Amino acid sequence: MVTGHDVELVAVTKRYGATLAVDQISLRVARASYCCLLGPSGCGKTSILRMIAGHEPVSEGDILIGNKNVTDFPPVKRGTAMMFQSYALFPHLSCLDNVAFSLKMRGVAKAERRVRALEFLALVRMEAFAERLPSQLSGGQQQRVALARSLITKPRVLLLDEPLSALDPFLRGRMREELKKLQRDLAISFIHVTHSQEEAMALADLMVVMEDGHIRQAGAPRQVFERPKSPFVARFIGGHNVLSGEHGPIAVRADRCRLAKATNGEPHLSGRVAAVEYQGSLVRVVLETDHGEGATALVADNTFYASPVGPGDPATLVWSADDAHDLTDV
Amino acid sequence: MATALGGHAPGSDKARPWTFYALATLFGVYLLFLYGPMIVIYILSFQGENGGVTFPMVGTSLVWFKNVFRPDQMANIPASFERSLALASVVSVLTVVISVAAGLGFRRRFPGAAALFYLAVASLVMPSLLVGFGIGLGFQVLGIQAGLFTSALGAQLTWTLPFGLFAMFAVVNRFNRAYEEAANDLGASAAQRLVYVTLPILLPGILGVAMGAFTLSYDEYARTTLAVGSENTLPLEIYALISSQTSPVLFAVGTLTTGLSFAIIGVTLLGIRHIQRRRAAGTLGPYITS
Repeated sequence: MVTGHDVELVAVTKRYGATLAVDQISLRVARASYCCLLGPSGCGKTSILRMIAGHEPVSEGDILIGNKNVTDFPPVKRGTAMMFQSYALFPHLSCLDNVAFSLKMRGVAKAERRVRALEFLALVRMEAFAERLPSQLSGGQQQRVALARSLITKPRVLLLDEPLSALDPFLRGRMREELKKLQRDLAISFIHVTHSQEEAMALADLMVVMEDGHIRQAGAPRQVFERPKSPFVARFIGGHNVLSGEHGPIAVRADRCRLAKATNGEPHLSGRVAAVEYQGSLVRVVLETDHGEGATALVADNTFYASPVGPGDPATLVWSADDAHDLTDV
Repeated sequence: MATALGGHAPGSDKARPWTFYALATLFGVYLLFLYGPMIVIYILSFQGENGGVTFPMVGTSLVWFKNVFRPDQMANIPASFERSLALASVVSVLTVVISVAAGLGFRRRFPGAAALFYLAVASLVMPSLLVGFGIGLGFQVLGIQAGLFTSALGAQLTWTLPFGLFAMFAVVNRFNRAYEEAANDLGASAAQRLVYVTLPILLPGILGVAMGAFTLSYDEYARTTLAVGSENTLPLEIYALISSQTSPVLFAVGTLTTGLSFAIIGVTLLGIRHIQRRRAAGTLGPYITS
């Protein structure tokens, strides 16, 4: 089968007692794609991941993996593998034994286990650390071992719960590239939970923005960034000003705004500069408008320093009508 | 300019307040009170052959230690020691099995969990002597012969199980459930998960419970005395010895049992430390280069 979806959620609902964590969510993840579930904490993204993995029962709805309904299957029968936020490497086992664990459970002979586990350790370039215990490794190394341990089960879908949040920023960037490369090379689907919009935009084929147990918008990162549907999405993915327009709220990208005099009836807002942040190639200018709204302009550094402003100075935020669009969902 | 490394820790060159000396004196007196009598006993157990139960020492000898191992009509220390050891081992195993199972089970909020918990720990607050008396009486009423591995075992479990349960709660609380989920994810059955993941990770705590239960049983007196039947455990035998005769044999028994307790604690701690060191630093095995 060439077409079809790796994962399909049909009106999946999760209740914890009286609280509704996930409310009738439907989602399709195309074959061999990288999907990021993005949202603030408590939005239900981790619950969805755990339900797909089978670590959390579904209250209502169905979960299909590879067109098979796995809603009532135990984790091991689903064709998924989960990488835990804490990695959950078994502390009493060496890296090799950790990676070989699933083979041991299936009764694979020791010699073969060893060979296969070393292969997967090599895949994440950790074969030199095979005999070490997890506590002897750095966070990034532990993560690679956890990745190898998950991948050795040959999953159709790899589930990653905030995999990069425990790493320092430098390592995070490098691991991000490696995750994407692994996903492409293995041609399986990754579902990656994160609260970082930067991470989601960098990695995802399908970016799913969640809030309050609902999907607010799902699509390719570029599509979401260029056309956020609601004020929440525009604010959460960042880089946008949410302003009041004629027919309700509008979004204007901060990097398309400039500080200038409005001409020819161009849309604009006047106010005072509240803060100026130098960011290298850009300067971030925060304005408090006369109506008390906050707005940001990202200005190229040479443009800014041609006519600099400081906090307290009057300024006008100008954009072109083409760069604004209505936020239809509220 | 003085560097942070070369400087003094803040306040280290200040004079200590008077409260430090007051509390240090109090603590010193407490230590003397705690260990003084025991040290006297250890010294007196090496009393010479013609010496008595008080100072002065009349030479030194090991004769009282020899006497410990010679049964006489008043007391049979070796036999009661063997009984105590056997009973403490059984108590220790049962306490570990039951409290580990209960500790893992209590993670689930099952209906009646709180009531069951209070019921289990209530026997800690009940007067020990009455618990033992009730068990002894119960056996009598039912016409069952009280014995070491029936009534006495039960009486000791009323003491060690609540302790074991408390200890396991603390151990299990620190256990990250993600380990078990990872095991599920990797295809382990419930039994495999328990044997290969949960128990090995909890092992240091389980050894602690085993040791605690063993020592609690080994020197238990109040609950055992009225439930033991005709064969005494070591503490009961020693008590009988105290009330019937006074000779430095008692002190020799004290020295030996203290030594044994410390040996058990020492071996267990070494075991736990070995496990933890293996996990923390690990064995720096040869790197595999392929």
